[in-house]
Amino acid sequence: MASLLLEVTGLSKRFGGFVALDGIDLTVAEGERVGLIGPNGSGKSTLVNCVCGTLVNETGTVRFNGETVDGLLTHERTRRGMARSFQLPRPFMTLTVADNLRVPLLYTVNARLGRALSPTELDARCTELLQLVGLADKATHLPRDLTQVEMRKLELARAMAAEPKLLIADESMAGLSHSEVDDIVGLLIRLNERGITIILIEHIMRAVMKFSQRLIVLVSGKKIADGAPDTVIRDAEVERAYIGQ
Amino acid sequence: MILIAVAVVVFFGARLVSNDYVFFAGYTVLQFVVLATAWNILGGYTGYVNFGSAAFFALGAYATVFLHKSYPLPIPLLIVIGGIVSGIVGLGMGYLTLRLRGAFFAIATLALAVVLQTLVVNWDYVGGSRGAYIIRPNEIEFIGPYIQYLFLVMLALAVLALTIARGIERSQLGYGFATIRDDELAAEASGVPTLRLKLIATTLSGALMGMAGAPFPYYIGYLQPSSAFGLEYAVNSIAMPMIGGTTSWVGPLIGAILLGSLQQIATVTISSVVNLLIVGLLLVAFVIIAPNGIVGLVQGWTRGRAK
Repeated sequence: MASLLLEVTGLSKRFGGFVALDGIDLTVAEGERVGLIGPNGSGKSTLVNCVCGTLVNETGTVRFNGETVDGLLTHERTRRGMARSFQLPRPFMTLTVADNLRVPLLYTVNARLGRALSPTELDARCTELLQLVGLADKATHLPRDLTQVEMRKLELARAMAAEPKLLIADESMAGLSHSEVDDIVGLLIRLNERGITIILIEHIMRAVMKFSQRLIVLVSGKKIADGAPDTVIRDAEVERAYIGQ
Repeated sequence: MILIAVAVVVFFGARLVSNDYVFFAGYTVLQFVVLATAWNILGGYTGYVNFGSAAFFALGAYATVFLHKSYPLPIPLLIVIGGIVSGIVGLGMGYLTLRLRGAFFAIATLALAVVLQTLVVNWDYVGGSRGAYIIRPNEIEFIGPYIQYLFLVMLALAVLALTIARGIERSQLGYGFATIRDDELAAEASGVPTLRLKLIATTLSGALMGMAGAPFPYYIGYLQPSSAFGLEYAVNSIAMPMIGGTTSWVGPLIGAILLGSLQQIATVTISSVVNLLIVGLLLVAFVIIAPNGIVGLVQGWTRGRAK
């Protein structure tokens, strides 16, 4: 078995009296494609926010790449190789599509290399990423000119620009058409083939089943199932949570 | 380089007009160029609206008054000291307030101005509410009339401020500031250390405002809290970049020259009281018609023509 990239143990988070996450344990191995599902309000996004450092968890620890990252700020975790895309795309609206990618290159890759990438290297990497996601012809456009699916691709490309080891894609496909969903799933699988571990959070089951090698189910802040996708979705408890009794 | 060349032309052009009023008026306009540029580094690039510009300006001015009484120094040194004092206060303000956003940040900066003004009013050594007199020499070596010297100093400061702003825009820092303005959460997720960048912006912006204020007591001759903390500084430093355009260093420059000159003309022809009225009306007009300022209008036109 490949070495563990992400280890979450006993993670809890509450908002006032509401327990959003209740003692979550999970591990993700290097190179894995993991699907994370659960009904609305089950704590998926909260989990992502705690793992990435946007929110601070009350109990439990997050270990990433053999290092405990609790207490590190989001940008420090990003520099260590953790990247995320947002549920609702949050591009930098006043920067062009190419400049949106330049930001993580400047602030993450430069910091990691300990030297500044030259302008030509920067341009080359931006172009490469844009070609990878199929936005090369939009490089000089502003994000407001993009369509929904292009916006999602930009969101993924920006996360990729930080050269992550782990990519957490938070509902990258909500609201997209059938073929657009296939488009993004294909893209995520291509990224995974490049050696990037990916956690996919998604409601569209067709996409999740196509993508995931392993499936984790959250319900009301608890992990209720974790295993091969085919077995997990036949699990009685998962069925109950999704379909109701 | 081009900026310095323009500055030299401006100075010798002004000398051709054998009237000191050009220098008096020009000084005020240049002072607003510095203030507007400084405000824009925080307000325009990172999107944090500072209503306390007058406080930083006054800090620079009062640092000069303090030193004038205790240990007189040449003006360039006073500018450096004023910059350091205001920069430190800017850093402090950043630490205290930068977890606030939007209107809350703006209110906090306004409060800072009120607190500082109260302190100065009650500080007798620098004149308290009575104000302080500073007798400036009539002439200075090499240059001649003292006002020309002050003008030259402010001109150099304007070039410095514009160079810094332009440098930021073209650097990694400029990208970082823009991401803070657009979306802080996404900025952090892209590896941008947002808190540190915001502190750099408040410090730099505060320091430049203090530098603009440092020679002011020599210019005005009599400094009282209500003039140093005047509403016109706070309002103008916001209005000028807004009218010129906040996304580029050219914006505050255009805005300051335009509004500054207009105010000087209004002072001479109508009344000095009408100044803020003009600013207010123009600001309202621009916010409605051209929210991205003059620079935004021009960009819109050129982009429209390209399509």
